[in-house]
Amino acid sequence: MNWMLALPEIVLACAGLAILMIGVLPRQNMFFGCTMASIGALVVTAALVLTVPDGTGFAGQVISDGFARFMKLLVLLGAAIGMLMALDFNTREGLDRFEYPVLLLFATLGMLIMLSANDFMTVYIGLELLSLSLYVVAAFHRDNEQSAEAGLKYFVLGALASGLFLYGASLVYGFAGTTSFERIALALLDPAGRSQGLTVGLIFILAGLAFKVSAVPFHMWTPDVYEGAPTPVTAFFAAAPKVAAIALLTRVLAGPFADLAAQWQQVIILVSLASMVLGALAAVGQRDIKRLMAYSSIGHVGYALMGLAVASDEGLHGLAVYMAIYLAMNLGAFAVLIAMRRQGKAVSRIEDLAGLGKTDPAMAMWMTIFMFSMAGIPPLAGFFGKLYVFLAAVQGGFWTLAVVGVLTSVISAFYYLRVVKVMYFDEVQAPLDARPQTLTMVMAISGIFTTLFFLMPAPLVRAAQEAVSALLG
Amino acid sequence: MGGITDMTIGLSHFLTVAAILFVLGIFGIFLNRKNVIVILMSVELILLSVNLNLVAFSAHLNDLAGQVFTMFILTVAAAEAAIGLAILVVYFRNRGSIEVEDISTLKG
Repeated sequence: MNWMLALPEIVLACAGLAILMIGVLPRQNMFFGCTMASIGALVVTAALVLTVPDGTGFAGQVISDGFARFMKLLVLLGAAIGMLMALDFNTREGLDRFEYPVLLLFATLGMLIMLSANDFMTVYIGLELLSLSLYVVAAFHRDNEQSAEAGLKYFVLGALASGLFLYGASLVYGFAGTTSFERIALALLDPAGRSQGLTVGLIFILAGLAFKVSAVPFHMWTPDVYEGAPTPVTAFFAAAPKVAAIALLTRVLAGPFADLAAQWQQVIILVSLASMVLGALAAVGQRDIKRLMAYSSIGHVGYALMGLAVASDEGLHGLAVYMAIYLAMNLGAFAVLIAMRRQGKAVSRIEDLAGLGKTDPAMAMWMTIFMFSMAGIPPLAGFFGKLYVFLAAVQGGFWTLAVVGVLTSVISAFYYLRVVKVMYFDEVQAPLDARPQTLTMVMAISGIFTTLFFLMPAPLVRAAQEAVSALLG
Repeated sequence: MGGITDMTIGLSHFLTVAAILFVLGIFGIFLNRKNVIVILMSVELILLSVNLNLVAFSAHLNDLAGQVFTMFILTVAAAEAAIGLAILVVYFRNRGSIEVEDISTLKG
C-alpha cells in the first residue's frame, strides 16, 4: 500500500481538524486566524500535490495521475482565493465565525478525494464530504431568510442527486460485479459484459453528477442558491466545486465507461445543447446579478461539456483549458460582486452598478474585462476557452454543437454587454463603498491573467494537454 | 413454478422491492406539497433502496464490496440527516413554517 498517493488529502484532513481546535480554544474571535491558517494549509497541500508520484493505491481506491494533479491545483487555487475573498465581507456582515474557513477546507478535501477517486466508493465519500460542507455554508447567514432557504433547497436537491448517483452506482456494481473503475473498464471490454443494466446505471450516475455541475435539466437549484447564499459563498460555489465536478464527470465517462461512449455521448450532447441554450436565454431577463451569474455558469458548463460530448483527445483538452479559464474569470467577476456594497449593505441588483464607470473607474474596467471575456470576445481568455472546444467539435464533425455554441455565445453577449452598458452609460448612482485591498488584488490578478492570456497561452495549454493524455493513457 | 411453499426469494425480488422504494422516494420528493420533513423521509427511503440493492447484489455476487459500500452509505446518511434537520431548524426560525409551498422567496 502506498500512503504517499493520498498524502495531500491526509495532510489537509489533519490540518482541518487542527484548525478546528485552534478556532475553538482561544476566547477571542479566530475568523481571521483560521482563514489564514486554512489558506496556508491549502498552499502546503498544493505543494504536496506536485510531489505525489503517479500510481494507484489503497487497494485500487485512489489514483494519482497528471489529470488529477492538474484539476487539484485548479481546485486548490479556487478554494484559497474563495476563502480570501470572504475575509472582509464576512466581517462586515457579522459572519466572521471560524467555522467558515474550516467548512470550506473540508469541502476542498472532498473535492480532492473526488479527483483522486478510482472507485465509486471513493467518489461517493468525496462527493458527500463536499456536499455536506456546502449545504452548511449555503445557509451560513443563518439569521437571513434567503440564506436559510438557499441552504434548504440546496440540501433537498443535493440529497436527491446523491440518491440518483448511488442508485446508478448500485446498478453498476450489480451488473459489472465491481465498483472499481479499472475492473469496470475490464468488464466492458467484453461486448457480452455490456448489459442494459449497466447503461441504466450509467444514466443514473450521469443524472446525479449533472446535478452537481448544474447542467440542464438538473439546474433548478442553481439560480436560487446563488441568489440566496452570501456572495462569497456563491463565489466559492461557482469556482472550485464546478471544476471538481466536471473533472469527476470526465474521469468517470472517459475512464471506466469509455467503451459505452456511444450511449453516454448522446446524453452529454443533449445536456450540453440544453445548458448552452438555457444559459443564454434565461439570463436575459434577470435583474439580480448573482442570478445572472448563475445562468451564465449554467451556460459555461454547457460549453465545457461540449468538449466531453466530442469524446476525443482535443475535446477533453478543450474542456481542461476551458475550466482553467472559467475559474480565473469567474473569481475575478465575483470579486467585483463581493465588492458591491452601498452604505454598509451588500447590494446585488444590476442597476446598483449604474455609473460605476465614473465613480470607480478601476473596478468598472476589471468588470468590463470579465464580462467581455465571458462573452468570448477576443483577445481575452474566454475567447480562447471557447475556441478550443468549438474547434474540437468541428474537427469531430459535431456541427450542431458548434453552431449552437456560437449562436448562444452571441445571445449571451447581450446580457454581458448590458452590464457594461449599465456601468458606463446609465445615470450615476451614489458611489459604492470603498473596496478592501484583498478584492482589488483578486480583481487585478485575474484581470491581468484574462487580458494577457493570449500572449502566453503555452504553459496552460501544455499542462492541459499533459493532463488529458495522462487520463486517456 | 410450484406453490407458495417452494418459491425462493431471488435477486430479482430484492431488486423489484428496491426499485419500488426508490420510485416512492422520488415521488415523495416531487409530489409532496405538505411539509419538508416528508422530503427528508423520502431521501432516507431512496438511500435505503440503494442499500437493499447493494446488499442483494453483494449476496448474489458473493462479493463483500457491496456490503462495505452499504456501511459507508449508512454512515453518511446519518450525517446527511443531521445536517438536513439542522438547516430545517434554521429555516423554521427565520420563517416560522416548514410548508413546502412557503419555500418560494427566491424566484425570478
